[in-house]
Amino acid sequence: MIRQVRTHVSQNEPLLFELSSPGKVGYQLPELDVPPVDAAGTLGAQNIRAEIEGFPEVSEVEAIRHFTRLSTWNHAIDLGMYPLGSCTMKYNPRINELVARTEGLAWAHPYQPESLAQGALEIMARLEAALLEITGMDAITLQPAAGAHGELTGILVARALLASRGDPRKKVLIPDSAHGTNPATAAIAGYAVENIKSNGQGMIDVAELARLVDGDVAALMITNPNTLGVFEANIRAIAEILHAKGALLYMDGANMNALVGVVRPGDNGVDVMHLNLHKTFSTPHGGGGPGSGPVAVKAELAPFLPIPRLKRDGGKWALDYERGQSIGRVRAFYGNFGVLVRALAYIMAHGGAGLRNATLDAVLNATYIRKGIEAHYDIATEAPSMHECVFSDARQAKRGVHTGDIGKRLIDYGFHPYTVSFPLIVHGSMMIEPTETESKRDLDLFIDALVSIAREVEEEPETVLKAPHSARISRVDEVRAARKPVLRWRPAT
Amino acid sequence: MLELCGVESLEGLFASLPPEVRLTKPLALGPGKSEYEILDYFRARGAENADGYASFLGAGVYRHYRPVLVDAVVSRGEFLTSYTPYQAEISQGILTSIFEFQTMMCQLTGMDVANASMYDGSTAVPEAAMMVARITGRKKVLVARTLHPEYREVLETYARNQGLEVVELGYEPASGALDLEDLAGKLDAGVAAAIVQSPNFFGVVENVNAAAELAHGAGALLVDVFTEAVALGLLAPPAGADIVAGELQSFAISPSYGGPFAGILATREKYMRQLPGRLVGESVDSRGNRAFCLTLATREQHIRRERATSNICTNQALIALMATVFMTVYGKQGLRELAAQNLAKAHYLAGKLPLRFSGPFFNEFAVTVDDPEAVNQALLERKIVGGLPLARFYPELGNAMLLCATETTRREDMDALAAAVGGTK
Repeated sequence: MIRQVRTHVSQNEPLLFELSSPGKVGYQLPELDVPPVDAAGTLGAQNIRAEIEGFPEVSEVEAIRHFTRLSTWNHAIDLGMYPLGSCTMKYNPRINELVARTEGLAWAHPYQPESLAQGALEIMARLEAALLEITGMDAITLQPAAGAHGELTGILVARALLASRGDPRKKVLIPDSAHGTNPATAAIAGYAVENIKSNGQGMIDVAELARLVDGDVAALMITNPNTLGVFEANIRAIAEILHAKGALLYMDGANMNALVGVVRPGDNGVDVMHLNLHKTFSTPHGGGGPGSGPVAVKAELAPFLPIPRLKRDGGKWALDYERGQSIGRVRAFYGNFGVLVRALAYIMAHGGAGLRNATLDAVLNATYIRKGIEAHYDIATEAPSMHECVFSDARQAKRGVHTGDIGKRLIDYGFHPYTVSFPLIVHGSMMIEPTETESKRDLDLFIDALVSIAREVEEEPETVLKAPHSARISRVDEVRAARKPVLRWRPAT
Repeated sequence: MLELCGVESLEGLFASLPPEVRLTKPLALGPGKSEYEILDYFRARGAENADGYASFLGAGVYRHYRPVLVDAVVSRGEFLTSYTPYQAEISQGILTSIFEFQTMMCQLTGMDVANASMYDGSTAVPEAAMMVARITGRKKVLVARTLHPEYREVLETYARNQGLEVVELGYEPASGALDLEDLAGKLDAGVAAAIVQSPNFFGVVENVNAAAELAHGAGALLVDVFTEAVALGLLAPPAGADIVAGELQSFAISPSYGGPFAGILATREKYMRQLPGRLVGESVDSRGNRAFCLTLATREQHIRRERATSNICTNQALIALMATVFMTVYGKQGLRELAAQNLAKAHYLAGKLPLRFSGPFFNEFAVTVDDPEAVNQALLERKIVGGLPLARFYPELGNAMLLCATETTRREDMDALAAAVGGTK
């Protein structure tokens, strides 16, 4: 029996364009208090459009029903566990949303005088200080809009330091276990990418690293804990190898939820790193963003951080644009400020001890799931798990059932699938990250579901292969979507 | 739980970590705070900002009314707390809304295909520049000096490391519009594209099609950038452009001290596979129902790694949803009426002031003022944040100020501003 779910009415809903009727409106503007202007006469007839062809025409109630119905087709943390490995789908406290809508913050214009932006700047300064305490780094920029944007900023800062020494170098080393953003980032920063093979624990092979690091290597991009959820215990030795050859250690902080309050990258040889505020610090993912990817560096790299930077000037906060060695701007204005507000609210709610407890609970929850299912699935590595655990579908694959199928079957049990087929170094990988905000009850239900699916694989594999059975739609033909791309609605002809 | 995990305490979970790497002291972040204390803190910070001021600032960030439906929709946990829709079967809500978003972006810009969003307008521009370099195999982009100055700075940062040459295009000192002669003179066989903004940073509506014709004549592409999306309700889509890069902040996104916003890139069908960022496509499920999913992922970093079109992963999905709700509420008729109100308000204000440029403008314009900083200082005492002194970005425009009026700008504030600047009542 599947304890978590029952069938539920899910209404059909056409696209907005199919719902539209000519002349319907859902808005009301105030009466204009100034004389109207003839648009064609003012802007030139050739600059004016006749109408926005195909644009929606619906009433207010149709609009809210439309989006509410669509919303019921989504899984979300608010509905249940979302154990996507590497994504840190923890509960998003609603106080974050409330404070981000504070009138004086939400409606602050980026060009209003600094004297009338002290509240916003103070928030940024306080968040900077908190993140530096958490990471053990020396300086930080809050500008990058997401993790990948942070990676790019971090690598550009590293490149600028190396260039200032006379040689930006040619390549960046990236473990084969890394997120796809790492190699893409290095390429955009103008570097060649050299992959390093991981050892059996998904860890950097220190001897191999020592062999590869030479005068052409600008940096190693490491994820710690790595994508197998294993802590890179040789982090200090790795840093020493790089530093001895004048190269830098970049840390992808996507997995900081395993470390906050327990290990500080800055204490262990990391030169530059990014954080994902939308992972570790609970700001919502919102179906794929907005995120925020602050970049923290050691003092040596601070002069190269993007402009502007916060500074204290006569007892007030100010923005400093006069930084000759800076890599320049990576984004207009000062970052995803609204996301920064939410992250600071989270840090304040937890305090130092609370953040550390969250880390301990995150590791406990991942370890508990591991122990709960390891008799039924093959663990990818014997090394202890930190905040996530990675299995392979090797045992189930012998029955023709693969990680994607098991993930889809989880939907019928009321759970979002884990991360499927990543990291690439584990064939048929199942990457599970529960986060600290799941209760023992939910973890037990999740374990029961995976154990039950393992049994189904043996006894009735078709049930798993054709899953999900309870979702609004069955499996989507993704091949067709890619072969004959239909990327927008068009009226039937 | 501990017993099952085989440890005696939570600390035991970290036994495999070398002792020397561990933090031995507590984080100096103080104790946790209650909801009430947190709310109090942020309200106090909000009050330290320019709370309750009228404002004439635009310059890439605009103050438009946000219909209440927008917050009602994005506050739903099903949207707010979902992840990137990799699992289509339980993500049809966000996937359908993104498909609608992509469609509306095409309808507004006249392009064939639009992506699911970029971080913002400023980062959409370098993504467009890298895209035109891939398409043409050329390494030089011509960029209008009237493109938002901070966007140009972001482009410079990316271009430096991509080996792209950026050459600036001047503006006509009288009209404030792009200098087409300068464009014609700088186009050569090495130019991948010209990047222009309309309405430009001075608010002037550009002749994008004339610029496009010149660019195409030299085998280059034309990238049209917008920062004020409401203008699209009234302005003709840039028929000659090959790529449109824009900022959607005007569509229900509060200024929020500069972010989060949402950018877009839209283009012609033939360049679809060079587009960076996520795309949602229509397909069917195994029972033949219409269904949507992320598609053309072979362009993206998680498949293509170092050969991807971009490193972008997380985008601005929730912000794009806000824009989608905004466009739905206003709709075909409302967006036009909204744009017409902006046009009327700005021209009412402009009618009282000495204009710096003669080109046609939408809701922003530059005025000539003896001492912009002094005027702004005086206005602050009346709880009015004035305009942007253009000298901040254009040293040659020391006595000019950029002003913006939207549907939310009150007539009495415009009259007060005009009086302070020394215009007529």
